[in-house]
Order: sequence, then structure tokens, then C-alpha cells
Amino acid sequence: MVSAEHAPIRFDLRIIAGSIEPGSRVLDLGCGSGDLLAWLVVHKGVVGTGIELDKNKAAHCIARGLSVLQGDLNSEVDDYPDGSFDYVILSQTLQQVFAPARLLQGLSRIGRRVIVSFPNFSHYSIRLQLLLGGAAPKNDQLPYSWFDTPNIRVITLKDFRHFARDVGYTIVREIAIATDRGGTEGRIISRLPNLLATYGIYIIEKSASPATMPPAATRG
Amino acid sequence: MPTLPGESVGTVEKQYHTFARPPQPLVLESGARLGPVTVAYETYGRLNAAGDNAILVAHAFSGDSHAAGRYPGETEAEKPGWWDFMIGPGKGLDTNRYWVICANILGSCMGTTGPGSANPATGRPYGLEFPMMTIGDMVNTQKMLLDHLGVSRLQAVVGGSVGGMQVLEWSLRYPEMVRAAIPIASTMRHSALAIAFNEIARQAIMADPNWRQGNYYDGDKPAMGLAVARMVGHVTYLSDQAMRRKFGRRLQNKEKFSFGFAGDFQVESYLRHQGSKFVQRFDANSVLYITKAADYFDAVDRLGGMSPPPSGSQARMKYLVVSYSSDWLYPTYQAKELVQTLKRSGQDVSFCEIEADCGHDAFLIPDPRLTNLLRGFLDGLG
Repeated sequence: MVSAEHAPIRFDLRIIAGSIEPGSRVLDLGCGSGDLLAWLVVHKGVVGTGIELDKNKAAHCIARGLSVLQGDLNSEVDDYPDGSFDYVILSQTLQQVFAPARLLQGLSRIGRRVIVSFPNFSHYSIRLQLLLGGAAPKNDQLPYSWFDTPNIRVITLKDFRHFARDVGYTIVREIAIATDRGGTEGRIISRLPNLLATYGIYIIEKSASPATMPPAATRG
Repeated sequence: MPTLPGESVGTVEKQYHTFARPPQPLVLESGARLGPVTVAYETYGRLNAAGDNAILVAHAFSGDSHAAGRYPGETEAEKPGWWDFMIGPGKGLDTNRYWVICANILGSCMGTTGPGSANPATGRPYGLEFPMMTIGDMVNTQKMLLDHLGVSRLQAVVGGSVGGMQVLEWSLRYPEMVRAAIPIASTMRHSALAIAFNEIARQAIMADPNWRQGNYYDGDKPAMGLAVARMVGHVTYLSDQAMRRKFGRRLQNKEKFSFGFAGDFQVESYLRHQGSKFVQRFDANSVLYITKAADYFDAVDRLGGMSPPPSGSQARMKYLVVSYSSDWLYPTYQAKELVQTLKRSGQDVSFCEIEADCGHDAFLIPDPRLTNLLRGFLDGLG
């Protein structure tokens, strides 16, 4: 039995979980301690797999009954057969990926849809810090100093919309959210999301029709 | 030493099952016939009425069926079975829930038929008359034993090193019977490095004048060759870090070099001790046969050609692959190749590398990380 030890999962994870149909095949890249995956297995009966670089976190996931591979998500995704998953989840990981375009290109091969979430760098608190304080901004979602942050990319909702299209994806759904301190509660932002949302959550897919495919030369 | 949960399985007994009696000998993978075959085994816990709470523990190359507990009359001062910290009530393999069985492998010398057993045709030990057996043949004898004992389903097959090869072989031969396959510090096939060390071990034995083409059972044993074989093997089971930590350049019971070959360094003394201890308990011909079986083992194509389990099926087999960061005999890259192969054939696989400086033999050293991993993984099977 998979143990869903932390009963309430984070608000952003609840939004992601809510977008996934019961019984789906799910790959969670950078699954951490496995909270989302465990929730999906217990409540939605998904067939879930996770990939996590941190050895202790990966061991923790396996010990709670999840199928998890300890390793680097950039290389681990290459080994799956085509169409292995209904959903590939990249939850709060994209900002730490060295080659995001290459990664996303590869995900459309193994998954029908990709769910990407990331902290929104154009949230007004960040804009104000930079404008008025003149220092590299920090907030609840991006709490690190410039010299020790694992987040090597700064992404805004606006940037991601362009990026997704550039790498050949169609945005099926954009969910902008603002979370409370700690992230357990939050609300959906429908007006001025690029300014007011703390996170962007995107469900994207590559349509099979050639019209939406990028020119062959730009594909990975 | 870290504290691990659980209690001892207590007093245990080695048991035997003999089968493949004439006129129906066991047909080996090579086509050779062998019979009768005796398998020595031990069990811990209770097999339930349905016969489906069994866990098979596959031992490594020089291991035996004595995986846990102590024999009658042994005191606390004596060493318990080789995986005693893992098997018992409340332990990683919890004998309150599971019935754990460990059988000595075919070709060994710890109670199961091997080159040192009597050849019924001559009444004398087989020696090199013993047919070459494979990892598959070992698994075959384990299956026959389990059938005899009324086991319908294995919750898990778990084993380290050559035991891990048996785990993979089980998952290939009897996928419908195995709920979970757990190869630890193992590989789909030997690298040139691993074959090379095995060949050095075999050459050391065969170069011993007492070996006499394997016909030494009525005279002096090839003790020196076997001891050297063990020394080489032992180095491959350790690691550079572990040897630096354990021995460094420290001298054994002396302050100065003797400027001779008596063995000044602690590491020399340790290897000599390991070598002579091994000579007491193990048969040289068994080393030849088992190392060769491990060298021949190659599961790459068969694992790659497995069909994916039916999706959503509760019965689908799960793999848990574990490697150790300082294992240079079967390094992590080989475990990752195994994981890659299993992913490509659509299997349900989990993998974790454990950070440890003890080398290949780390799975034989008490470590709560492996215990927690196995216990949680087994719980997760439902």
C-alpha cells in the first residue's frame, strides 16, 4: 500500500492533481518526497513513476511504496518507449533545468500531455523589489539568494507562453494561482495573471497535425 | 554500528530436499543430466495456507542457506546467519508477515549438490565430472524446491551480487510467480573486469599442485590456490576508501618493517586470514564452477525482450534495483544499464544508489537505509 503520509498536499499540487483523469499513466519529474505522486496513486488510481536526483528523497519515495528512479531527469526521460505516459509532470522544476527546450522536446515523445508549473518571476512583489530595492528579489516562492539558488532560470508567465509555442506545443490550459505563505492554500487568478500570480501551471501538448509542428530544423 | 529494528529468528535448522532421482535426472541448460540433486535450505517464519507469503533470498557466490539465526547449541558469541540483520520479526524482511527461505545454490558445497558431492556413477566425488551448471540451473532447482514446499507465489525474490543474477533469472523464467524482484549490487552480465578477476581466482586454484585436475578429495586440498583466489575476490568486494579506512599503511603487531615477506602490513595479514578462513569452509572446485556460471550469465537480450506487464494489472511484477556508490565490481553504471533495459521493455522499476564507502559487499553490512528501502518497498506491494 502506498502511504499518503502528509494528508493535505500543497495548493499548486492540488491544482495539478485535479487536472489528471483517474487511472492515467503519470511520470513526475523531480518528484521530491513523492507527495503529489502518492496522492495521485491513492486518490486517482494512477500508475505513477517518479524521477528524483536526491538519493535520500528517492529512497524515501520507494520506501513509501512509489515506483521511483533515482537519477538525473534530463537523461532518465530518454529511455522510455514512445507514448509511455498520459501525463508528464514538471512541477517547479523547469526553473532548475539547464536545457529546457531540449527537455520539453523529448517529453512530447513519451507523454501525451505535459504539465509544467513554475514560480512566476513577474509577480508584482518581485517587480517592486527590483524596482524600488535594486537587489535580486526574494519571496516565498523564490526564497534563495542569488549566490546559492538552485533556480538557474527566471521565468514569467508571458515568457513561458512564448517558449511553449516556440518548442512546438499547444497550450491546452493555463492556470495562474496565488498561494498563501507556506503554499497549502491559494486561489486561482483570472485577471492580470502575469502580475498577480505566484505560480503558473500549464497543460501543454503537441498536436499530431503537421500545421502546429515547428519546422524540422528547429526540432531536437 | 547503527541500531536496526527487530528481533532474532532464534534457533534455526538446515533442511534438505532431494529430487531428480533416477530415472528422471535434472536436465541442465547445457543439456547435461544430473541426479539425484539435493538442495540445502533454511526457512524463517511461517508459510501461510495459500502459500503466497514467501520471500526467496538468493545468496551470493560464496554464501550459503544460513541467512539468519543460529544453529542449536550456538551461543551469542557465534556469528548468526549472513543476513541476520535483515531477516527476522520486525526486520526489513519481517518474518511476522513473510515466510523467508534461502537455499544453497547448485554447484556449491554447503549442503547442495556440487562438484564435491558423490557421483552416483562412481561413488566418488564428481570433481570435474560435475556438469557445468548455470544461473538458470540454480533457479530451476530453487523452483523445484518451492514447488515441493507448496509455495504458489513469491512476494519477492531478493539477492545481492550473484544472488541478484538469480533474482533477474527468476523474473525472466517465472514472472507470473514473482511479485517483486530485488537485485542488489548486481549486474545483467559480467564486465571484462569481473571476468578477469574470476579468471585470476580460477588460475590460482588450478595452478596449485594439489588441485590435480579437481581430484583432490582423498588427499591434500589446493589450499594455497584457494586462499589466493579468495584474497583476489576479497579485494574486489572492498573499495579503495574502505581499505584506506580499515588498514591504511598500518603495520600488523609491529613498529618497524621486517624487510622480508612475512607480511608487515595489516592488509596483508587481513587477506591471509580471509584466505585461510575460506579454505576451511569452501571447496575449490565449487569456486571454479560458480565463478564460471556467473561469467556465462547474460540477461541483457532477454530482459530487453520482455513484454510489458498488462497495464493497470495489480499482478504486475515490480523491480527494485539497488546499487552502492563504491562498488567497483558491479558499479552503479551497470545497475543503471539494467534500469534502462527494464524501462525500455516497459517494466515497473524503481532504482536507488546508496552512498556507502564499503564497496561491493556493502549489502552484507547492517545499514538502516537498505532495511528501510526493502521494508517500505515490500509494504508498497499491498
